[in-house]
Amino acid sequence: MADDQQSGRLWPGVSLHVVSGKGGTGKTTVAAAMALALARNRRRTLLIEVEGRQGIAQLFDTPPLPYEERRVAVAPGGGEVWALAIDAEEALLDYLESFYNLRRAGSALRKMGAIDFVTTIAPGLRDVLLTGKAVEVVRRKDKKDANAYDSVIIDAPPTGRITKFLNVNSEVSGLAKAGPIRKHADLVMNVIASPQTVVHLVTLLEEMPVQETIDGIAELRAHSLPVGGVIVNMTRPPLLSDSQLQAALAGTLPAKKIRSALTKGGLGAHEDEIVPALLREASDHAQRVALERREFERLEGQSLHTITLPLLAGGIDLGGLYELAELLTEAGVG
Amino acid sequence: MTPFTSAPELDIDRILGDETLHIIVCTGAGGVGKTTTAAALGLRAAEMGRDVCVLTIDPAKRLAQAMGLSSLDNTPRQVPGVCAPDGSGSLFAMMLDMKRTFDEVVESHADPARAQQILSNPFYQTLSSSFAGTQEYMAMEKLGQLRVRAKDEGTWDLIVVDTPPSRSALDFLDAPARLGSFLDGRFIRILTAPARGAGRGLGRLAAMGFGMFTSVLNKILGAQVLTDVGTFVAAIDTTFGGFRERADATYELLKDSGTSFVVVAAPERDALREAAYFVERLRTDEMPLAGLVLNRVQEVDDPELSSEQAAAGAQTLDELSVESTPAQADAQRLTAALLRLHAQRLSLAARQRHLAERFTAAHPGVPVASVPALAEDVHDLEGLRMVGDLMASGN
Repeated sequence: MADDQQSGRLWPGVSLHVVSGKGGTGKTTVAAAMALALARNRRRTLLIEVEGRQGIAQLFDTPPLPYEERRVAVAPGGGEVWALAIDAEEALLDYLESFYNLRRAGSALRKMGAIDFVTTIAPGLRDVLLTGKAVEVVRRKDKKDANAYDSVIIDAPPTGRITKFLNVNSEVSGLAKAGPIRKHADLVMNVIASPQTVVHLVTLLEEMPVQETIDGIAELRAHSLPVGGVIVNMTRPPLLSDSQLQAALAGTLPAKKIRSALTKGGLGAHEDEIVPALLREASDHAQRVALERREFERLEGQSLHTITLPLLAGGIDLGGLYELAELLTEAGVG
Repeated sequence: MTPFTSAPELDIDRILGDETLHIIVCTGAGGVGKTTTAAALGLRAAEMGRDVCVLTIDPAKRLAQAMGLSSLDNTPRQVPGVCAPDGSGSLFAMMLDMKRTFDEVVESHADPARAQQILSNPFYQTLSSSFAGTQEYMAMEKLGQLRVRAKDEGTWDLIVVDTPPSRSALDFLDAPARLGSFLDGRFIRILTAPARGAGRGLGRLAAMGFGMFTSVLNKILGAQVLTDVGTFVAAIDTTFGGFRERADATYELLKDSGTSFVVVAAPERDALREAAYFVERLRTDEMPLAGLVLNRVQEVDDPELSSEQAAAGAQTLDELSVESTPAQADAQRLTAALLRLHAQRLSLAARQRHLAERFTAAHPGVPVASVPALAEDVHDLEGLRMVGDLMASGN
């Protein structure tokens, strides 16, 4: 069974999926659905949050996540999704403990407000701590020396900041030319800039998010960071055929025929208002579809895997997440 | 059309026409159309005869071009050809360059030699370009500057501000104080104490803690970083009065009765939740709220035909089309599709209305203006004018 899972699947060999996207495109939802899809069939995934918004807890309808791995969902076929909210302060304490055995000193520093100070004077350090923790989990082995998690998914900062967030090497270069942080950053880069990692960008079919996605892809590529797929979220399939859409745009839909069809369909009353209303809606819809298609073509020009997810009529709840996960599986994820 | 919500109507033209009002701040979650709203409000006010300056933070390229902002030079530029029918009124627009604004603060408060020393300090460079909160702080700073200039020179009588695309809309209010208190804070003081010869009075315990603190810091950051921070703070300390005071002064400006906040949202759960947080915060801080602008509302043309009726009609027509002549069947299937489209729009509208009503139930006094979803993005003055018309036309 493990074998046919691997054949024809997207991104084989990848253990770290970084999900980014412009604000409002649903990147947390997509990251969560991806964690579910990748956990199918008895696998274990970890979904990581780095921005302290507790979006994952809200999605999975659980109490706020601590700085501790917690199981949040069971995937189809018996897999498990775990979640972790990484906090820069806690990650720094972790770091002080494992490298300097300084846990107690660390807590004292925290009481003084010093840790906040450190991550403030060195914003790059904050990102190294966050990505560092994620990489630690990716590399972690269980007792049988197998990976502790089959995949790790990060709900990452938005497109505008993602390259900076991941490119920790250059971020800390100003900080430390040698020494422990440098080594730590190199370790992080070894995972992030390797075939083990991909960055996915979530977008909507609107001008600004698509432009930001294209700019984001170029920036990631310029820094040799591995781009995975583009996930087009909240799409609505056109309800009209291509020729109908064209006629709607040109204003040549047959009003009279629509009118008589309405009468036949038992909607005879108010036709005088209904027919023009339907025609206006059709034209509006056709304009929207045309714009979406233009934007979709621009994305396809990026020659990446493009996965399309629908707008769920009922909004996003736990059921909706499973629905999206199922669609990701069909598209070849996991 | 039936009103979109039962909330009181936000009378945009009364606000824009209110001459005691000198600052409008547009705020809200990312991606809800804040910049477009700010630009549309500014344009409309100018065409009502006011002298307006719009401060945008991060506009989409084409929107910036529409306002003649092809270069980012941190100075308000007049948008040509905008005025009221009687020739009064004007529109200026600018895009915030946070690093440059910071540099200018330094240059205007320090003598050239010292300014140079600050500007070339590595820590200053990090602080002015990538510190979380610098953008918010500089947006406030710029707003303060523009307001002073407006008062002194009589240049503008209304400034419309767009807020930075923060993770949370509250960051705009909190980040400046955070940056201010960081720069004026305890550790910076301790760090720079030797440089100012004022380290005495530090208790023994604190001194021990501080020793440990610097040693850990030096371990993880490298000794250079602390030295840079120290020289930076020593350099600015003598030249400007506390950062915190500056931030506080602008914050007070926001509480002034000449200021009003417009909260922008889309009829979606997260955006409305963010809007609700902000409204509550304004109330707590006694800041004046004009109301909520709800963008991208699904308009429905004909409420006479309910979603259920349309769906049932579509079903009937699909069934009929099986037995009809090909020509008839075509028209029937087309009509069925149009009815489904109508039903889909109605149910989307119903969901949006439900969310908007929940907001209003929690914040009943907040006036709302709704703007219908447009088929295309706005990127010219014509589009902005249309958004302004829609905003002002009542819901």
